[in-house]
Amino acid sequence: MKLDSKAPVGPLEEKWTSYKRDMKLVSPANKRKYKIIVVGTGLAGAAAAATLGELGYQVFAFTFHDSARRAHSIAAQGGINASKNYQNDGDSVYRLFYDTIKGGDFRAREANVYRLAEVSNSIIDQCVAQGVPFARDYGGLLTNRSFGGAQVSRTFYARGQTGQQLLLGAYSALSKVVASGAVKLITRSEMLDVVVDEGHCKGIVTRNLVSGKIETFAADAVLLCTGGYGNVFYLSTNAKNSNVTAAWRAYKRGAAFANPCYTQIHPTCIPVHGEYQSKLTLMSESLRNDGRVWVPKTAGDKRNPSEIPDGERDYFLERKYPSFGNLAPRDISSRSAKEACDAGLGVGPGGLGVYLDFRDSMNRLGRDTISSRYDNLFQMYERITGENPYDVPMRIYPAVHYTMGGLWVDYNLETTIPGLFCLGEANFSDHGANRLGASALMQGLADGYFVIPNTLAQYLVKVKPGAAKTDSPAFKGALEDVNASVRRLLSINGKRTVDSFHRELGKIVWDKCGMARNASGLKFAIEQIASMKEEFQSNLRILGTADDFNTSLEKAGRVADFFELADLMCRDALTREESCGGHFREEHQTADGEAKRDDEDFCHVAAWEYQGPDKTPVRNVEPLAFETVHLATRSYK
Amino acid sequence: MKLKLHVWRQSGPHAKGHIEEHLLDNVSPHSSFLEMMDQLNEELQSKGKEPVAFDSDCREGICGSCSMVINGRPHGPWKGTTTCQLHMRAFKDGDEIWIEPFRAKAFPVVKDLVVDRGAFDRIVQAGGYITVRTGSAPEANLTPIPKSDADTAFDAAACIGCGACVAVCKNASATLFLSAKVSHLAHVPQGEPERMKRVKSMVAQMDAETFGACTNTGDCTQVCPKEIGQNHINTLNREYLRAISFDNSNASANTGSAG
Ligand SMILES: Cc1cc2nc3c(=O)[nH]c(=O)nc-3n(C[C@H](O)[C@H](O)[C@H](O)COP(=O)(O)OP(=O)(O)OC[C@H]3O[C@@H](n4cnc5c(N)ncnc54)[C@H](O)[C@@H]3O)c2cc1C
Ligand code: FES
Repeated sequence: MKLDSKAPVGPLEEKWTSYKRDMKLVSPANKRKYKIIVVGTGLAGAAAAATLGELGYQVFAFTFHDSARRAHSIAAQGGINASKNYQNDGDSVYRLFYDTIKGGDFRAREANVYRLAEVSNSIIDQCVAQGVPFARDYGGLLTNRSFGGAQVSRTFYARGQTGQQLLLGAYSALSKVVASGAVKLITRSEMLDVVVDEGHCKGIVTRNLVSGKIETFAADAVLLCTGGYGNVFYLSTNAKNSNVTAAWRAYKRGAAFANPCYTQIHPTCIPVHGEYQSKLTLMSESLRNDGRVWVPKTAGDKRNPSEIPDGERDYFLERKYPSFGNLAPRDISSRSAKEACDAGLGVGPGGLGVYLDFRDSMNRLGRDTISSRYDNLFQMYERITGENPYDVPMRIYPAVHYTMGGLWVDYNLETTIPGLFCLGEANFSDHGANRLGASALMQGLADGYFVIPNTLAQYLVKVKPGAAKTDSPAFKGALEDVNASVRRLLSINGKRTVDSFHRELGKIVWDKCGMARNASGLKFAIEQIASMKEEFQSNLRILGTADDFNTSLEKAGRVADFFELADLMCRDALTREESCGGHFREEHQTADGEAKRDDEDFCHVAAWEYQGPDKTPVRNVEPLAFETVHLATRSYK
Repeated sequence: MKLKLHVWRQSGPHAKGHIEEHLLDNVSPHSSFLEMMDQLNEELQSKGKEPVAFDSDCREGICGSCSMVINGRPHGPWKGTTTCQLHMRAFKDGDEIWIEPFRAKAFPVVKDLVVDRGAFDRIVQAGGYITVRTGSAPEANLTPIPKSDADTAFDAAACIGCGACVAVCKNASATLFLSAKVSHLAHVPQGEPERMKRVKSMVAQMDAETFGACTNTGDCTQVCPKEIGQNHINTLNREYLRAISFDNSNASANTGSAG
């Protein structure tokens, strides 16, 4: 498989400008002849569908949600980055680019990341114009906060509900074009396959989640904006219905899947409470601006936290990383918390927790200031745990949060299947081996509003509009495949529920392919996953029928894909014989326990190519050429 | 703890529904309400019975998917809290709990506790946006917005579109939902150019969707998980009156039912 990044040549700062100068345009009269399918209406999908609709394309937008406003993006709390430098603290496009590349542990493609930093400012302009109520200071201008992995204050936010406000902005833009007829929105509809005809992606197969009807839709290009796969771990901070199915089915039709082992564990989540736990709740990283992370210095210290004097507390992030302190990047902060708990210093039930303490900032700034910054988060914490963080320090523990891996895309956001594009968290493109806080929202909107409207045209000018027909053999074959796989799931008629399998799978992935990985654990996991998958295929029980609203059936299809993805994640983690970002191989660490990268052998993207059921996939490599930045050991000390 | 559950079951929009009774044991007080429902569904399935269908996604109180009427109150007993954020601490051993869908003519039942809230989307499509083509936005800090306006806009924009306001209202009115969007956009200068057209067409769409009229009872603000206040309904009324009195050419909008 050939992996051509198609990054424009020339100096980094001029790549996007020269790309736009030289790019081809689709004439207004021709735009309306092209049909574009957008799967997903989160930040990436809603932004893309709205913009392409405005431009005059015939857009069809699909979501499995009942409304575009409910996509997982709605739950993002902390904020969105942009290099406006409103704080006059030395920010610039280059600095945002550099922080993102370094935060990603030098495992992302320079050209894509630079473009992201470049368009970041337009995103803020666009959102403000849509009426997004970002936080403002008393002069009425926009204000910022800082986030992990950066020494400037560049994060724009709307209390603790930034994702909600940005998504509602994109949703309103989408609603406008839906009303005008430029976009047809199809809700409660799940994409179950892509259709590849003569080497090009020409449409999709969907299941209507209310009637159960399996349908096909033809188009001239398909955009997958279907989010991340963190729910492979069962317990994660992702919305319950987030899944990998769209990307996975595309992988099985020939799209390369890049760096599946790059998953992000977020340091500040509410610890697990019990057996029926269905998901984990994130406490925004912005809390680390004012909260100090600590554990007692002595193992087994059961005193009330307020009775433990400062001298007997270990503020471990401040101690280990003095220049970034509590704002060290996520992978590093998570691992430090795990180390503390592994050493028996953890707090709370089961010892899987560390304190996040606001005592000092409340003394310094007053309770009201802290309340104005975080009250909704504090309330959420209290609702879940029954404890009031104004009085007792929060207890937090790392949890799965984001997936940097995803479908491989080139500079045009096109996958290895011509005509199939991938945007937002579903692609692998911008965050390398670790994502910095407040950059996913930025990426989703950059891809949807500002990148794809330009890059898509470079593909469209090469194809004749309206060529695909749903009565072709490719469409009929894909339809039959989907029908058969739905029937297969329903016919197993075993004894166990979907959730019980998902929980079991999640546990093994978390234990062996989570915060720390090693070769023997990964090999063990690969075997376990295979035998679990076998049991899944013979002992699953789904009640109800295929032609009805059937949540268990929906979940079963997704969990089947998670089994296969989990296997690929472990293979990817096993073959990447280095530690980088969120991928920590125990065999590859420095004397003081920091990640040890191997730029000699692993400064590349691993893009996996499907070979057929039960065949070992092929690992292709896209070398990462750093033309501008100097590969450095990441240090936050 | 041990609970007696009375759950609404309905196989489809046109089917006749009924209440089904289930005993559920070993419920942890630390579980969320939906984790309790998951537990019920695992039990039902192990007995070969179809699980109860309900909507949920974020389970963090922000996506607006979850929608159960719990003991007669949308989202249950805790103030400012969605169903998914309600925890079993709110109940005690031996309690009986009645669980029903968000009912309204404009929200037909899809199955069991799942309803169709597409009417809300159509109200937004009627004008709940600011027209701004991608790429045409001016520099963000060009227009300062007084902090108090920005804060009020945010308070309104915090609406999650769950529909609790409709479910609790004796008239099944969508006025609080509509007022939240109108008030949000009326408090930012960018919303000014389309202000009059927006409110009129959104009100007209609300009426077309068969939501009832607002009689200012205020139950909606009591159950709203985001505690959207009555002040936004006042803003809506002011906006609406202003629009119809400035623009007599659209006389038909006079019959609208803004609160
Ligand atoms: C709790 C939490 C807090 C976060 N906070 C921040 C933050 O502060 N800042 C930040 O930058 N990032 C944050 N993130 C990350 C960020 O929210 C996500 O990465 C981002 O929103 C993903 O957007 P997306 O558009 O790619 O996908 P999503 O928002 O996940 O949307 C996916 C869409 O695809 C649809 N879909 C998926 N599969 C199918 C299918 N098969 N058929 C049909 N439709 C399908 C869904 O219905 C949905 O509409 C946070 C994440 C979490 C979990
Ligand atoms: S599930 Fe999202 S608000 Fe309850």
